[in-house]
Amino acid sequence: MIHAVAYIGARTLKFISELGHITVFGFRLCVAAVTPPLRGGLLLDEIYKLGVLSLMIICISGLTVGMVLGLQGYNTLVRFGAEESLGAVVALSLIREFGPVMTALLLTGRAGSATTAEIGTMVATEQLDGLRMMSVDPIDYVVKPKALMMLLVTPLLSALFIVFGIFGGYLIGVAMMGGDSGTFIASMENSVDFVNDVAGSFLKAGLFGVLIGLVATYRGYSCEPTSAGVSAATTSTVVTTSVSILIFDYFITALWGV
Amino acid sequence: MEPTDPINPVNGAAHIVLDNVSMSFNGRRVFDSLSCEFPRGKISVVLGGSGVGKSTVLRLIGGLVRPCSGRILVDGDNVCELPDRKLYSVRDKLGMMFQGGALLDSLNVFDNLAFPLRESSKLDEEEIREEVHRRLRSVGLSDVDELLPGELSGGMVKRVALARAIMRSPEILMIDEPFSGLDPVSTKMIEALLLRLNRELGITMVVVSHHVRSTLRMADWIVLMLPDGAVAGTPGDLLNSQDPCVTRFLNEDPDEALAALENPDAATEYSR
Amino acid sequence: MRRELRRDFLVGLFVLAGLGCIAYLSFSVGGISNEGGTGLSLYATFDQVAGLKTRAPVEIAGVKVGQVTGIRLNDEYRARVDIEVDGSLELPFDSSAAIVTAGLLGDKYITLELGAESEYLQSGEEIAYTESAIVLERLVGKFLYNVESDEK
Repeated sequence: MIHAVAYIGARTLKFISELGHITVFGFRLCVAAVTPPLRGGLLLDEIYKLGVLSLMIICISGLTVGMVLGLQGYNTLVRFGAEESLGAVVALSLIREFGPVMTALLLTGRAGSATTAEIGTMVATEQLDGLRMMSVDPIDYVVKPKALMMLLVTPLLSALFIVFGIFGGYLIGVAMMGGDSGTFIASMENSVDFVNDVAGSFLKAGLFGVLIGLVATYRGYSCEPTSAGVSAATTSTVVTTSVSILIFDYFITALWGV
Repeated sequence: MEPTDPINPVNGAAHIVLDNVSMSFNGRRVFDSLSCEFPRGKISVVLGGSGVGKSTVLRLIGGLVRPCSGRILVDGDNVCELPDRKLYSVRDKLGMMFQGGALLDSLNVFDNLAFPLRESSKLDEEEIREEVHRRLRSVGLSDVDELLPGELSGGMVKRVALARAIMRSPEILMIDEPFSGLDPVSTKMIEALLLRLNRELGITMVVVSHHVRSTLRMADWIVLMLPDGAVAGTPGDLLNSQDPCVTRFLNEDPDEALAALENPDAATEYSR
Repeated sequence: MRRELRRDFLVGLFVLAGLGCIAYLSFSVGGISNEGGTGLSLYATFDQVAGLKTRAPVEIAGVKVGQVTGIRLNDEYRARVDIEVDGSLELPFDSSAAIVTAGLLGDKYITLELGAESEYLQSGEEIAYTESAIVLERLVGKFLYNVESDEK
C-alpha cells in the first residue's frame, strides 16, 4: 500500500520535473527562433525531410479517408433521404477533425520519430557536444530548424490531406454512387465557413505542429547517449505526441468549438 | 612527485588547473576531490584504466558538464561558474577531438571543416576553402572533400576530426582517445601528427589515452588516474616512482598483455 | 549542386501545392469573398424561423447573394433575423423575404422576392414583408385532421 502510494508520488514528481524541463527547453527554443541567423539551407533541408518525404503517406491516407467517409456518409445519409448533404458531411468532417488530427498522427509516426532518432543519434555520437565545443548552440543549429519547419509543414500537409480527402469523397459520392456533382460541391460550399471551420482547422494543425516539433526535438535532445536510449526516446516521442494530440484535440474542440 | 604540487617541473605556468573537483552522474561517483594541472605549451596525457573518468576530465574542462564541487581554471577563467554565454568565449580558445570523431554526418568532409570557420569567422568562401585544404594537407589528407563521414575509414575520421579541432587555431587542444580502434601504423601516424602540431604551433595538448606505450613516447607530462586518486609527473618521474600502483599500471601494458597471449613464455613471466 | 537543385525544386513544389490547397479551402470551399465591409446589412422579422441557422444562404431567384448573420428574439417575442447580402444589389424597399426549405427535409434558407418600388433598401433597414417558415409537422397534422373530418 505504502509502496503503491510512493510509486504514484514518484511518477508525479517525475512528470512535473519533465514538464519543467520541456518548458525550459521550449523557452530556449523560442529565444533561438527569434535570434539570427536563420540558416536557409538547413530550413530547406528540413522542409524536404519533414514535408516532401511525408507527402506520399499524407496524400494516400487523405484519399482513402475521404473515400471511406464518402461511403459511410452515403450509406447513412441515404437512410434519411439526405444524400445531397454528402458534400457537407465529407468536407466538414475532414476540415474540422480528420485533416488536422490524422495529419498530425501520421506526421508523428513518419517525421516526429525520425527527428527524435536523428537528434538522439547526434547526442549518442557526441555531435551535439562537438557543436558546443565549436561555440555553436545545438538548440540553434539542430533543434530550431526542425521545430520551426514542423510548425510550417503541418498546416500545409493538413490542407493537402483535406483536399485529397474531399476528392476521395467526391469520387465515391459522384463517380461511384452516381450523385450529382453540382449538389456535392454546393452542399460543401454552403456548409463550410471560413472563420468557423477552415481557419480553425489550420490553427489546430499549427498547434499540433508545435506540439510534434517540441516533443520530438526535446526527446532527442535529452536522450541517453546509447542506442537503447535513442530507441526509447523515439518510442516515447510517438506515444507522448499521439496521446497529447488526441487530448489537445478534445480540449480545443470543447473550448473553442473548432 | 606529489599530485597537488603547484610547481611544475616542465614549465612554470599551468594552463589548466583542476582544484578539488568531485564528479558524479545520477548519484554514481566518478571521482572525488581530483586535483591536477596541465602545463602550457606541452603535451599532457591523462592515463588510466576504463571507468576512472578520463573522458569526464575533458568534458569538465570544456564546460560540457559541471562538477559537483571544486574549481576548474582554464587560462584563468573558472568554467564552473561561467554562464553559458561566457562559456562560449572560453570555448573559442579550445579545440576538441572526440573519440568517435563527432563529425556532423549530414555534411561532407569539406563542409565539416568549413563549419567552424563559417560559424565564427568572417573569412570569405575562397579563404575558407584555402584554409580547409591547408589543414587537410597538414593531417595528410587530400581529395576527400566530397566524402561523407560515413564513407571514411577509422583512421581518416580521426584525422579529419583532428583537422576540425585545430580549424579555429585553438590555444588548447583536447583529444579523447586518439588511438582507439586504430592499427599500429595509423597510431604512429596520429602520434607523429600530434607531436608536430605541438612543436610547430606550441598548442597546449591534453590527451586522454589508455595506451601506455605511445603515452610514454609522446608525453611531456602525465596525469595517471587511479581508482583512488591521481598521480602526476614527467614520464621519467613516473617510471622511477616507488608507488606500487603506478609501476603496476605502467607495466601492465595492454600491448604486453596482447604479446603475452601470443607468446606462452612471456605469459608466464607476465603473470609472475 | 545538382542534388540541391532537385531538393529546392521539390520543396518549392510542395510549398506551392500546400499553399494552393490552403487557398482552395479558404476561398472556394470556405467562401471568403469580398463581402466584408461592403455588404448590405438588413434584417427581417418572422413569426416562425423553425430550423433556420446562422450562415444559411440568402438567395434571389435561386442564386446565393448573401447569408444569415444572426437570429434572435426581439422585444415582441418574434424572431429577428439579420442578413448580409452583396452590397451592389439594389433591392426595392417593398421586397419580401421568405424562409423556405431545400427539398422536403433539407436545410432552411431565405429567398428574397423583389418588389416594384423605385426606392431601394439601405444598410440597416428592415425588410418589412416576410413569410415565415413552414413547419412540416403542423402541416401534416392539419392535413390528417382535415382528412379525418372529411371522412366523417
